[in-house]
Order: sequence, then C-alpha cells, then structure tokens
Amino acid sequence: MTFPLLPYEDSSYAARVDGIFVSLLVLCTVITLGVFAVIIAFCIRYRRGSPADRSHRPSESTQIAVEFAWIILPLLIFIGLFIWAGNVYFEMFSPPADGVAIYVIGKQWMWKIEHATGQREINQLHIPIDRNIVLTMTSQDVIHDFDVPAFRIKHDVLPGRYNTMWFKATKTGTYHLFCGQYCGDFHSLMVGDVIAMSPTDYAAWLQGHGEGTSDTLAADGSRAFHALGCSGCHEGSQVVHAPSLNGLYDEPVPLQSGQVVRADDTFLRDMILQPAKNVPAGYQPIMPSYQGLVTEEQIVSLIAYIKSQKSAASADNPTHP
Amino acid sequence: MTLPPDPKSISTVNYLNEEKTVASWFFTHDHKRIALLYLASITFFFLLGGVAAMLMRIELIHPRGELFTSTTYNKLFTLHGVIMVWFFLIPSIPNVLGNFLIPMMIGARDMAFPRLNLISWYVFMLGGLFAVFAILVGGVDTGWTFYTPYSSTYSNSWVIAMAVGIFINGFSSIFTGLNFIVTVHKLRAPGMTWFRLPLFVWTLYSTSLIFVLATPVLAITLTLVALERGFGIGIFDPRIGGDPLLFQHLFWFYSHPAVYIMVLPAMGVISELIAAFARNRVFGYNFVVYASLGIAFLGFLVWGHHMFVSGQSVYAGMIFSLLSFFVAIPSAIKVFNWTATLYKGSITFDTPLLYALGFIALFTIGGMTGLMLASLAVDVHVTATYFVVAHFHYIMVGGAVMAYLGGIHYWFPKITGRMYPETLARWAAIILFIGFNLTFFPMFILGYMGMPRRYHVYPEEFQMLNFISTIGTPVLGIGYLLPLIYLGWASFFGRLAGPNPWNATGLEWQTPSPPPKENFAEIPVVTTEPYAYHLLPEAAGIHQETHDR
Repeated sequence: MTFPLLPYEDSSYAARVDGIFVSLLVLCTVITLGVFAVIIAFCIRYRRGSPADRSHRPSESTQIAVEFAWIILPLLIFIGLFIWAGNVYFEMFSPPADGVAIYVIGKQWMWKIEHATGQREINQLHIPIDRNIVLTMTSQDVIHDFDVPAFRIKHDVLPGRYNTMWFKATKTGTYHLFCGQYCGDFHSLMVGDVIAMSPTDYAAWLQGHGEGTSDTLAADGSRAFHALGCSGCHEGSQVVHAPSLNGLYDEPVPLQSGQVVRADDTFLRDMILQPAKNVPAGYQPIMPSYQGLVTEEQIVSLIAYIKSQKSAASADNPTHP
Repeated sequence: MTLPPDPKSISTVNYLNEEKTVASWFFTHDHKRIALLYLASITFFFLLGGVAAMLMRIELIHPRGELFTSTTYNKLFTLHGVIMVWFFLIPSIPNVLGNFLIPMMIGARDMAFPRLNLISWYVFMLGGLFAVFAILVGGVDTGWTFYTPYSSTYSNSWVIAMAVGIFINGFSSIFTGLNFIVTVHKLRAPGMTWFRLPLFVWTLYSTSLIFVLATPVLAITLTLVALERGFGIGIFDPRIGGDPLLFQHLFWFYSHPAVYIMVLPAMGVISELIAAFARNRVFGYNFVVYASLGIAFLGFLVWGHHMFVSGQSVYAGMIFSLLSFFVAIPSAIKVFNWTATLYKGSITFDTPLLYALGFIALFTIGGMTGLMLASLAVDVHVTATYFVVAHFHYIMVGGAVMAYLGGIHYWFPKITGRMYPETLARWAAIILFIGFNLTFFPMFILGYMGMPRRYHVYPEEFQMLNFISTIGTPVLGIGYLLPLIYLGWASFFGRLAGPNPWNATGLEWQTPSPPPKENFAEIPVVTTEPYAYHLLPEAAGIHQETHDR
C-alpha cells in the first residue's frame, strides 16, 4: 500500500521514512492551510470600508501571551520531530555486523561494484532481499553519491576515505541507482540498476557469475599482497621489523601517539597510502607509501585479504581473543 | 484610491533632475542615485540568469536532453546559480531598496560613507565583469556550490575567473554592510530610537551583520580553491593530502547565512507593506525585531544541515538538525505576526499588498518544506533532489523576489515621483504567482519521487512533471516582463504621485517625491513609534469616505 505520489517503498527504511514524511506533510498542510484561512478571513472581514468592529484591539499583555504561545507550541512540535527523524537517521548510519559486505568504487562516470565472493559488476548491483546489505564506498576521483530512491537512502562517496551505508531490500525488483552528487560532464549518465532478488535467484546469480570458478576478492588480494611486495616485510621477514597482519582486522591497535584505533577498512586504507599518519606503537615509520602505486580496486582486495586472514587466524587458533 | 497629489509638494528640483550629465550619475555620491545604478545592473543580471533558466527548462522537456550537450547544460545551471545568487539576489533588496531607503527612513541626508557606497557599486561591477568574462570565454561547469575536488582539480572550465568575480563581488557586500551598520548607528534623526526604527531597517541591520561576518569566509574559501587549482597546494583534494569535506564546511558557513542575506531584507519589506496596507501597527514589533537578530545569529550555526549525507559525523548531523529546527522559530514568529497585523486593520488590496500576501503564502510553503529537510531521515531521501530545488526556489524566488517586486511597486512613487498602472500591476502579480507555482510545485513531487538535481538526462517516468514545470516558465516570464515594461513606461509617463500616495507612516513619505538631493531640508524630529496608523486622522473615521471604493 503506497501513497500514489510516493515512489516504491522497497526497503526496511522506506515505510519509516514515508511515515515521517506523510506525518510532516499532514502537519504542515494543516498549519499552512490554517494560516491561509486566517489571512483570507482577516482580508475579507477587515477590508477597508467593511462594517467590522475595530475597537478593543488586543492589549499589550494579551499580545505577549499570544507571542509566547506561538513560540513555545511550535518548539515542542519541532523537538518531537527532531527526535523521531533523528532516530531513524541514527540507525541508517550505524551498520550492522552481520551484513553482506559489498565494495563500491565510484569514478567519473561509472559505479564499480565488488562482491566479497569475487563477482564484479559495473553500474549494476545484485543483492538478495531480506538481508542486510552493507556497502563500503570510496571514489577514485571527485565526490559522488550512491542514491537509491526506492530504498530512501543515499550517501556521498568521497575520495580518500570509506563511507558506509546499509539497507535491507524487502521486495524483488529492479530499482534506479543514481549518482546524487554533481560530478562533472556525464553526472546524469552515472546511473545504473539495483537488482533485488529472492535468495534462490541470488544464489543462482552468484553461481552463474563465477562463484567457485573465479577468484574471490580475498584471493585477488592475496595475489596483490605478494605482487606489490607487501609480503616481503609483513610475512615472517627477519630483516625488517613489520607487524604480521594475521588476525589484525577489526582489532584495537595502540599507536605511538598513545591513541588506540580500530583496524577497520579506513585504517588499513590509510596505512597503505599514508603509513606515516598512524604509526603503531613499537614500530618504526619505515613503510613506504603506496600512493599512486595501487588502484582503489587493489586496495579493496588487499583489505579483503587481510580480513580473510582474520578468519583464518581464528580458525588456526580458536583461543585467540 | 489615493489622496490627490498636493501640487505644492511636487518637487521641481529633485535628485533625478538636479544634474543631468552622464558623469553626474557615474560619480554621484547620492545614495538614491547609487540605488538606481544598482537597479539597472541587477536587472541586467536577472535577465541573464533568467535566460539560462529558460533554456534549462526547455531542455528538460525531453528526458534524453537533445538540445544541448551535457557540458553546456552543466554550464547553464552554474551560470544561473552564480548570477542569481551573487549578482541578483544578494544585492537586490539591500543595494537597491536599502540604499535608497535607509537614510530616508532614519532621517539622514545620506549614508555614513557616501564615497564607499559608490565604490561598492564599482567593485560590484568589476566582479560582474569577471563573471561575464568567465561566461563568455567558455563558462564554468562546477555548479554554484563549487564542490571540491571537482572544482579545484577536475573541472576543465574557467573556475578561477569566476571565483575571482565572486571574490571581488564579496567586497562590495562587505562595504555595503559596513556602511549600513555605521549609518544606522550614527545617523538616526533625533528621537529615532532603536525601537522606533522601521522593521525594514532592522532587517537590513541584521543582514549587514551577516555581510560583514560571513562574506570574508567566502573569500577565504575561494582563495583556497584557487590556490589548489592554480598551484597544486593540497587543501581539498585527498590525492595531495587535502580534505574534500573541509570545503563544504567553509562554503556553507558562508552560504547558509547568505540564504538569510537574501530573505531577511525581504521580510523587512513585507513588514512595511503589511502595516501600510492593513493600516495597522505591526503586531508584536519587538518580537519581530528580535526574530531578525535571532535569524542572523542562528543562521551561523546550521551550515551542517547541507551535509547530512556527506559523511560528516552522525552526531554532528543530529546537532545541526536540532539547530535547524530552532532557526525556523523566528521565521514562524514573523509569519504569525504579519497575519495578526491584518487583524482589525483596514485593508486595501493594492499591488504591493498582493505581493506581500503572495510572499507569505510561498514563504510559508518554503519554510514548511524546510522543516521536512531538517528532519534527518527525510533529508537523506530528498537532499540533492528536485525537492531541495523546489524548496529553495520557494524561499528565494517565491519569497525574496516577490518581496523585492512588492517593495519596488510600493516605493516606486517615491523613487520616480509617478504612479504605476494599478490594474495592470495587479494582474502581473497574479500571473507571477500562478506561473511560479506552476513552475516550481511539480518539483516537490519530482524530488520525492527521486529525481536528482543537476540531471541533464533523466528517466522517462519523470517527464510529465518536468513538462508541467516547463509550461509554467513562460507564465512566470510574463509575470516578470510585465512590471519591467510598465514600470519603465510609468517612470516617464505615469501620473504624478505626490509625496505620500499611500498615506503611509515613515519618514521617507514625509519628503517630496522624488526627494531632493539630500532628502530632508530640515532633519526631522521623531516623536512616535513607527507604524502609528492608529494616530492618523483616518483612524478616527475622517478619511473613511474618500478611501471607499
């Protein structure tokens, strides 16, 4: 059941966002029409030459009471609206831990999608319905924005950092994917489709697009890890004092500065491109920067590889904290 | 409708005819002549920006965008935004009506710094020259928001030339702001206390505070963009160590207050018009004054609501949302007070009041949709769509431009000494109102349906609403061209207005029309509150007969 002037409601947020929107619409329409009605009534009643009584204008104290009434009443309504809409927003940008992780790379003027299982797509995103989808997004050049109106969700995609957004599609179908942030000449052609599929169709799609035959993202990452020379220091080298990356992902890392940061996607990305930014405690800042030497795709696969080493590490050593 | 002009009050020597040489205009120190220099300049820029808008609307009839290339389309919306914001809306009411009226309203012979006032116009024109140069040699395709790193690194267009134009233009704003602040502080006539100031003066005073405090930040921001673009100094582009969001924080720290630069003066005009045509004191004068100052202050604290989906922290988003709801309160106060001013008034529906009522209607719709945008979860869906485009056009075109035209009509007899054709003017106001809604209302629906802004090519399901919107543009265009034509005509051939055709309060109406060079032969002494309509003889019923239609 959708409001005829609203787009499809096809995600876990859609009904809630529309709920807030329709309530706001009703509230605002009532207030607006109320103000208009009063204005029109006054205009008719107090037009010049009308016989209306104009004596007994409101006294100073009545005026002040009226002023406070129309300050305090809207204020209370506004605070209520703020809490309601803020609540949903907070949830939108707090990704769950159990989602299907998908990487998105925006560039002028296309969307590149990388699934953890190795599937790669351009301007298309295939997802299963009824599962949390967590997108980790970055841009290779300017700011883009991953915008799926049917899901009532969008988020800017920035160069130089990862932004995360998540959603859960509730109905199968093909939905518009837009770039929502102006990005140059062919901004309006940086569009695509999000294809939400039933779990069985999705499994079939994964099969048909190389699951089990081509490499996973982590396997790609493993190859890059060796090809780029990362393994020379980070894998059992006796010459260079560099940390092992096994089991590192998502763990707290104490820094030389005394801070403790979590080894998430952004941290790993920064370590590859700007190693001097966060120097882990007990290590020398000797790692060279890979700025310009790795592509965004390679970074994503390297992170997937490091992530996979986490599961491998915990499998090797079940008592690992 | 009006009192017959008193022949003795028609000034024979006035600011318009006292000196006739070209040089007497280009080197004038008279605030009234400078206002007219601004009027001519911004009318030119308005037409330029309007043509760009027309071309975009024609293009958007077709979803595949077959009239222009994407590059041309992108340059058109950039041109439209830059010209309309910096070269029309920001200077419109302050530099034309403000320049003309502030000294007259406070009982002064000129601005505090008449030469600075003239320099401000030259600086404005120099900025405009750079902007027009940037457009003529190839245009700019960044959007008026100049988001980095697109503007600072990737765009292949004339970004620096345009940025220089806006940078220079900013100094014109700063000079004007300084001049207004000092003028209001130092040149008020005896008895013109702060709480006897017309509300128009209060809003321009608040606006001037924003001019002086916010505009330097714009200058800094554009300088940083130019440094990165010209010399590769890493400020915003992450590939050379910059932070792209830093730009957005700086830009909106100026540009959100700039929205209030555009709308506060409009609110001031509306207060004047409602009081004059309802023949009533403004309800809750003090509250309206504090609301203006409140808007100027809170306006500096809400910039982050442009960045709810940018990747700024979720907690920052929450704070900015709450503050954005708060900034809506003073605007609501004003709307309620204008409504209450009509209560027990004696209302005539001359053209300026029609514009004022149109303003209230459109501004209310714009404000209400602003509440929706302040609601975080809703904003995520509609930000960067046509919903936002519709929202800010309701505020800036439906609001600010309606008020500007209402003010131009109201003070036209003072500026030219002649009346405009009333019936034609009323029709023009009604056509404008219809054309505006036809053009912009469909955009709310388009936006909620999901159509992103700045799209040259769009999915076919959005075509019908785009088509309706485009149908509205010629109607809107006629609504703008009619006043241009009949006001131009009436400046020379309209019937004589006399000093106070509206029988309004306010010191500007106590001078002849058009006023003499230094406004007042003798500086007036103020003994009453503004809007003392209840003290006029007509309030006792003396003028009732002559005013009946």
